[in-house]
Amino acid sequence: MFAPPTWPRFHLLLSHLSDKGFSQPLFFLLISSSSPIRSLVSSMSERRFCQEDDCSSLLSRLGSDSPRPRMKFGGMFCNVEGAFENKTLNFESFSPQTQRRRTAPTQTGGQDGGDAATGRTMVFPSGTTRESYGKREVQSAAGKEVLGDRLIIKGGKIVNDDQSFYADIYIEDGTVRQIGENLIIPPGVKTVDAYGQLVIPGGIDANTNLHVPQKGLNPADDFYQGTRAALCGGTTTIIDHVLVEPGVSLLSAFDQSRETAEQRACCDFSFHLDITRWHEGLYEELETLVKDQGVNSFLFFMAYKDKYQSSDSQLYEAFGVLRDLGAIAQVHAENGDIIDEEQKKLLSLGITGPEGHVLSHPEEVETEAVYRAITIAKQANCPLYITKVMSKSAADVIAKARKKGIVVYGEPITASLATDGSQYWSKDWATAAAFVMSPPINPDPSTPQYLTSLLACGDLQVTSSAQASFSTAQKAVGKDDFTLIPEGTNGIEERLSVVWDRAVSTGKMDENEFVAVTSTNAAKLFNIYPRKGRIAVGSDADIVIWNPKEMKTVSATTHNLTVEVNILEGLEFRGVPTVVISGGQVVVEDGKLSVTEGSGRFVPRKAFPDFVYRRIKARSKMAEARGVPRGNYDGPVHDVISMTKSVPPTPTTRGPTCPKIVTGPRNLHQSGFTLAGAQIDDHIPRRSTQRIVAPPGGRSNITSLS
Amino acid sequence: MSDCRRQWNREDELPVYLAGPISSGPNQRKSYGMFSSVEGAFDSKTIDFDSYAVGRKGSRTPRSRSRERILDSGDPVEKTPGDAREGSQTNSTGEIDGTGTGAEVQFAEEENLPGKDGRLLIKGGRVVNDDQSFYADVFIEDGLIMQVGENLVAPAGVKVIEANGRMIIPGGIDVNTCLMKPYLDTQPVDDFLQGTKAALAGGTTMIIDHVTPQPEGSLLEAFERWQEAADKKACCDYSLHVDIPKWNETVKDELEMLVQDKGVNSFQVFMAYNDLYQMTDSELYAALSFLKELGAVVLVHAENGDLVAKEQRKILGMGITGPEGHPLSHPEELEAEAVFRAITLGNRVNCPVYITKVMSKSAADTIAQARRKGSVVFGEPITASLATDGSHYWSKNWAKAAAYVTSPPLSPDPTTLDHLHTLLACGDLQVVGSSHCAYSTSQKAIGRDDFTLIPEGVNGVEERMGFVWDKAVAMGKMDENQFVAVTSTNAAKIFNLYPRKGRIAAGSDADIVIWDPDSVKTITAKLQQSAAEYNIFEGLECRGGPALVLSQGQIVYEGGKLQVQQGTGRFIPRKPFPDFAYQRVKFRNQVKNSQGVTRGMYDGPVYEVPSMPKYITPSPSAKTSPTSHQPPPIRNLHQSNFSLSGAQIDDNVPRRSGHRIVAPPGGRSNITSLG
Repeated sequence: MFAPPTWPRFHLLLSHLSDKGFSQPLFFLLISSSSPIRSLVSSMSERRFCQEDDCSSLLSRLGSDSPRPRMKFGGMFCNVEGAFENKTLNFESFSPQTQRRRTAPTQTGGQDGGDAATGRTMVFPSGTTRESYGKREVQSAAGKEVLGDRLIIKGGKIVNDDQSFYADIYIEDGTVRQIGENLIIPPGVKTVDAYGQLVIPGGIDANTNLHVPQKGLNPADDFYQGTRAALCGGTTTIIDHVLVEPGVSLLSAFDQSRETAEQRACCDFSFHLDITRWHEGLYEELETLVKDQGVNSFLFFMAYKDKYQSSDSQLYEAFGVLRDLGAIAQVHAENGDIIDEEQKKLLSLGITGPEGHVLSHPEEVETEAVYRAITIAKQANCPLYITKVMSKSAADVIAKARKKGIVVYGEPITASLATDGSQYWSKDWATAAAFVMSPPINPDPSTPQYLTSLLACGDLQVTSSAQASFSTAQKAVGKDDFTLIPEGTNGIEERLSVVWDRAVSTGKMDENEFVAVTSTNAAKLFNIYPRKGRIAVGSDADIVIWNPKEMKTVSATTHNLTVEVNILEGLEFRGVPTVVISGGQVVVEDGKLSVTEGSGRFVPRKAFPDFVYRRIKARSKMAEARGVPRGNYDGPVHDVISMTKSVPPTPTTRGPTCPKIVTGPRNLHQSGFTLAGAQIDDHIPRRSTQRIVAPPGGRSNITSLS
Repeated sequence: MSDCRRQWNREDELPVYLAGPISSGPNQRKSYGMFSSVEGAFDSKTIDFDSYAVGRKGSRTPRSRSRERILDSGDPVEKTPGDAREGSQTNSTGEIDGTGTGAEVQFAEEENLPGKDGRLLIKGGRVVNDDQSFYADVFIEDGLIMQVGENLVAPAGVKVIEANGRMIIPGGIDVNTCLMKPYLDTQPVDDFLQGTKAALAGGTTMIIDHVTPQPEGSLLEAFERWQEAADKKACCDYSLHVDIPKWNETVKDELEMLVQDKGVNSFQVFMAYNDLYQMTDSELYAALSFLKELGAVVLVHAENGDLVAKEQRKILGMGITGPEGHPLSHPEELEAEAVFRAITLGNRVNCPVYITKVMSKSAADTIAQARRKGSVVFGEPITASLATDGSHYWSKNWAKAAAYVTSPPLSPDPTTLDHLHTLLACGDLQVVGSSHCAYSTSQKAIGRDDFTLIPEGVNGVEERMGFVWDKAVAMGKMDENQFVAVTSTNAAKIFNLYPRKGRIAAGSDADIVIWDPDSVKTITAKLQQSAAEYNIFEGLECRGGPALVLSQGQIVYEGGKLQVQQGTGRFIPRKPFPDFAYQRVKFRNQVKNSQGVTRGMYDGPVYEVPSMPKYITPSPSAKTSPTSHQPPPIRNLHQSNFSLSGAQIDDNVPRRSGHRIVAPPGGRSNITSLG
């Protein structure tokens, strides 16, 4: 069976249209408290699910539900006195504030359209489990007019990365205004019932490629499709990559992407910039981007030889610049040179199918590059973020480096946490090709578990999706040559569920750690904390109500992306978002998605994130190397004849091989010779004074044995 | 015993023992009683030597030939032991006075030596090989070990050396020396004569030197120049590694020639020395692939040259010009990183990799871990990294600090040497080299205002064996067999000299050291053989040293006195494909063939790429475009104007209009729907 075309039609309100033309000032605009348009939301909230009967039984199980309960205090609803008071933050001081876009969400289809219902990912294994789904309800208070932008989330267990507690949340104007029990709230506020469920900060996906063309092909899922899927999976912020082709200005590429995203994205977004060709001239643009445009992370490629690859020298220089600007360096870590050779070899062996991709990108090549990147970052004293950790050994290298105190972060992705690469050998070309990404998904079936363990113990910090989906037709560009297959997999939608299922429900990780790896750590690293990644007074109202018990089965027929093949097809994951609130708006509820294209805001990020740079700053101060004050060496110096051709370019230089004894006549021949013009060793200042003989007064004892 | 002895004389028995030496690896060490060697344990040490030597028909002829060559080259001195003692290059009197060393030389009968050319019997010693130790006498004739056995009776007129229960070990092999490495226009003060003299004085009877050609120069020419110089000067047997300064097509032919005809089976590549010798990863990959086909061992100088260059610039920019800038600009991490990369490359190519100069803990750990994962990689710590640390770079005395400058630098961490000894003892590192490359202080002073100009190199050929004994065996970390393995046998195996070198067995060369574990000496530049003014081990005390050294059956060092003959060293050719390194590689080659998946042709829609050439050009795979495998014309015939109309499975893909959907007429089987 196949669903009718799900390409959404957009029902935009007039208000929205007018809003789109509105140019946004960037920073620090006060949030105006004007009342938003609410009429539409009220109709939405008419629908209710009143199945309160088994509420209590569900609640009673909840305390023991999390594998490692962290709560030490009292009963269900009695949290530590005043525990959340200090979560109130002086928000203005933390993050740049963009003006809120005030648009009422457009329902995609609603009851009759059936779009959302069919497009959803949730598949219920049986009719009975559907009942538990009805625990959450949305009702208007006493039938009064519901205020669309004001929400109260009741009865949920708030899970932050440091602790969990029971409290209600009051949201107004897209921000969390109050947290606590017995909140005093204005009448007519919409209530979201979260009894028995977890209330977590919305996920942050720190690595998506929704607008990165590969080999001339645009991803099948753009900002609109991608962010819709993100929201359905509980992710409320994405950080997308802007690939700057060699020769293109960074700023213009950034502006173009930002403009597209502002028109299309349904959730908040920010950008990393991918720098494909490093040169000194980029400094000014980088400075502008970091200081004025709110970009604080830049990706470099160690792979894609002759195309995007940066050499070690370039990386070192670039890292030094980024450190001075307070940005974070990211690398795509694979040894492009080796891959290139391996690809040639495999093609010459006649292997052209997708299995050639994984054969030509062996694990070691990834590990080697990770090791090298860490070494370079350590030398440059720059924080490093390894995107897409796909193999055990690469993760080990990161873990070891962290143990040695290097500021490095590792990011496993949905695909590496959920599946292995055995599908590359699938007989079905389309399936095999769908898995093609770099670094490839590891064929070792124990990899997902291993990465999950490292994630749980903090050796890896952030989960992302590396979402970059290409349709089968696009992948088929490389049907006769695996090197032409566009690289990328889906995962933006399944990310949170994968982590919950693989880590939390297996008991490896607790719920707080879950919040950390899916949201808080990314927010801290990329300096949007505590605006994002935390449920606290003053934070953005990006909140997910999480049902840890529900199951869902992933399928390409029900997911929200446009690609035909889902690499996680058929896998069952425990834990799904039941309600997703993005920017104070309920966007997912009861499995229905109601989003507005273009409602996402750009989230600028400041330089020098504390989480990363505090250590770096301290080290910069300590790292001053000092020379040894010595007397001048005044012993004999071997006379070096400077031949024209053997001007020393670098430390050890070749010279004439035949041994020569330096004599007077030799010097006469050399006397007229001068090196004119710029020389390769101009940076070595003392070439002219090199010819020193012993002073007539005898040598001082500086050279004597000590 | 008499049975055994009879067998030695029957040469036709020899093929029986062919299988012996290879299978008796270091793992088979058994503990026998102190004085009871296993019956017949040493007759399996008889080796059909002819099968090992390179390019030679028999073991005897070439040796005499090589001596004749020396004679032809104008050295009139006869090579009999008596004459050798009076040779012009000796620095001791002809009379041997063995008092105090414990090894006495006696004559079986009061008769003069001449006529009985090079016959020697070492009595009453304990033969220590890498696999076992046993008490036996060793009979030497013509520079070869003829017999190893108990209670050998010396024929009349044979010189007898009484070992008095001391250890008889195979002479050391120093696989890393640079006795002729040019720097600017200077050469190390220790040339082949000085260097090999120092080697012999330390118990090393063979060196493998590095040939360093110019970047534009011919490898063959350089090799010949080195060989010529060494033939004239070397006092002990030698062999040569060739460094590859640059990777290009012409080098390939020369490499092939060197391996096939010249007896060179090891080549060094550089990951350091930016803009000079450094190779990119692609070049390294190509080089490793090529050398693997030749069956050579790849030596890697592992340091990240790019970063070293950057760091050097930075340090100079900070105004640090003294020798302390050298370790500051060559941090340990860069060495470890390059080691890791070299191993990765080796794994990918499936080529044995030998890391020269392991100087730091992290580099050594990287090697150990890789070995645990099955990589064919060998690590070579050197005397300097095993005996001292890099704290002296900060010495107030410029000359002293500069003497320590070598690449990779000595690690300033004082616990490094202990760690390296531990890894050496447990087999994670295999070979001890010296990287002996001694420059005088005035040569080092070329870089007195800029540390990047200081010629790199430290001494250590003489102290090598002593420090391994002192810091590992005397400390109880290592046993005597492992000592022999790391100082001699492993090197011989890796570089395919075994069992001619690196073992005391019938048929092997008579390069033998009688080792005195109790001698204590304090290292000082005044007493060393090397010509350098500075010894980086100055003042260190070292237990253990050679009491007597035999090279090619001649006594060259005894009781602290050296008596050598310039030019007696022979070039030892080495065959490719050493078993020790290549056996595993060969098997992996057979297993490692990757195979594609046989599937039906993909016949679904193909997105039409608008601007094909634009992106394909920079793509890395452009050179091996798929056209060679799947000729597109055939496909293109089918790619007519066929279009799909109506509702399709991918209708929800927004860019439908942009697709050119292609499906072959007649339709393929729906292969795409298979699970």
